Amino acid sequence: MAELGTMRVKSGLAELLKGGVIMDVTTAEQARIAEDAGAVAVMALERVPADIRKEGGVARMADPGKIREIQEAVTIPVMAKARIGHFVEAQILEALEVDYIDESEVLTPADEENHIDKWKFRVPFVCGCRELGEALRRLSEGAAMIRTKGEAGTGDIVNAVRHMRAVFGGMRRLQRLSEDELYSEAKNLQAPLELIRWVAEHGRLPVVTFTAGGIATPADAALCMQLGADGVFVGSGIYKSSDPSERAKAIVEATTHFEDPEILARVSAGLGEPMRGLDAASLLPEKLLETRGW
Amino acid sequence: MGTRPTIGVLALQGNFREHAATLRLLDADVVEVRKAEHVHGLDGLVIPGGESTTFMRLMQTYGLDEVVSRFERPVLGTCAGMIVLDRDHLDLVDVQTERNAYGRQVHSFEADLELADDPEPLRGVFIRAPRVEDTGPGVEVLAEHDGHPVLLRQGRFIVASFHPELTDDTRVHERFLDLVREEQLVRT
Repeated sequence: MAELGTMRVKSGLAELLKGGVIMDVTTAEQARIAEDAGAVAVMALERVPADIRKEGGVARMADPGKIREIQEAVTIPVMAKARIGHFVEAQILEALEVDYIDESEVLTPADEENHIDKWKFRVPFVCGCRELGEALRRLSEGAAMIRTKGEAGTGDIVNAVRHMRAVFGGMRRLQRLSEDELYSEAKNLQAPLELIRWVAEHGRLPVVTFTAGGIATPADAALCMQLGADGVFVGSGIYKSSDPSERAKAIVEATTHFEDPEILARVSAGLGEPMRGLDAASLLPEKLLETRGW
Repeated sequence: MGTRPTIGVLALQGNFREHAATLRLLDADVVEVRKAEHVHGLDGLVIPGGESTTFMRLMQTYGLDEVVSRFERPVLGTCAGMIVLDRDHLDLVDVQTERNAYGRQVHSFEADLELADDPEPLRGVFIRAPRVEDTGPGVEVLAEHDGHPVLLRQGRFIVASFHPELTDDTRVHERFLDLVREEQLVRT
């Protein structure tokens, strides 16, 4: 008999996206540009993070009509964002048959304590994290893919690098601990012991780990890959630049050829203006998106 | 005994690490293929699962489409890898496939597959899988699911609409390496 929605099937789709670029899009036209550029998936959004940041207000799930339009425009997977803890937005996105739900700090959180119980869904979820404990808590709630958060909508890679260093460094640290030290580490990380043990044994998360938040150039994408990311999400960095199509292609090539500086030099040339961006260190604490999620 | 085969795994994107791990487990040397020159000297090639539109774009950009078309040794294509080899793309395997024909991700599934020549069922993981809608006369069907072929062989090509690299069952890769070794023997 066919079995649907198993963890292997959920995390399996993320496995297939490895080494690829997932691009934020707000229209069918942008989705087609992303697909033509070689994106492995698109994230259907009402507004890209840079605009959410600029315009303010409550950021919510995208209009289902818009998501349908994007689904009809492309053959690659279409993801969409739900607010943290907003399980009804997630139910709606599942009914729309989006391929992945991003329970995302880029949208305004709907619950200040609880994330969505992701085990209840057949559609898989990706969740953000800033450090290893947060990643493991999301996995215990049923996430099938993890992405480090970075600081969305800034075009500044520094927070993404900090989060990757924390997650990947945290895993290397676990590997060095003895069995009896793992109990107290589970308390420190506020994460289940079984997951801590798994990571200590394998030196990686049991699911794919992408990087998001602040990637604006091919070099940024390659930096994330060299630091250990399985792939990248690019949001505002593409459609806030002067030539989205060429930049999108260049970031795709840089993500595949992340260890080949000659190719990186070639694809980085003549792309026009990158997004202007914001220095993430200059943001006031209440303007940070990365601190959303618990 | 032949020499240890060197297998290239197309590493543009997708499940190349899993294929590489399975092949190494079965005593093959593995080369990651990202550029045309990486194909030189290989005894076999694997085109993994991933996104076929991404594969095709990057293959064309780096001249890999031509090199793969000229490659004369055994090739294994899984999921997107099967699409790349089909009639509408590189036209190396005489099958017509329809992308995502089993539906979007919520319809992705796993199921036991009956093999034509092995009583032990094979677990097939189907993720937004392509469906084989038509096959030419030279294509042998090795397994079916719901009336559609899911594992096929045409001469030196093996293609699957599912992901043998996502399970611990190594039989599809063993079958592929058998083809590789046969070809090595013929050439020596």
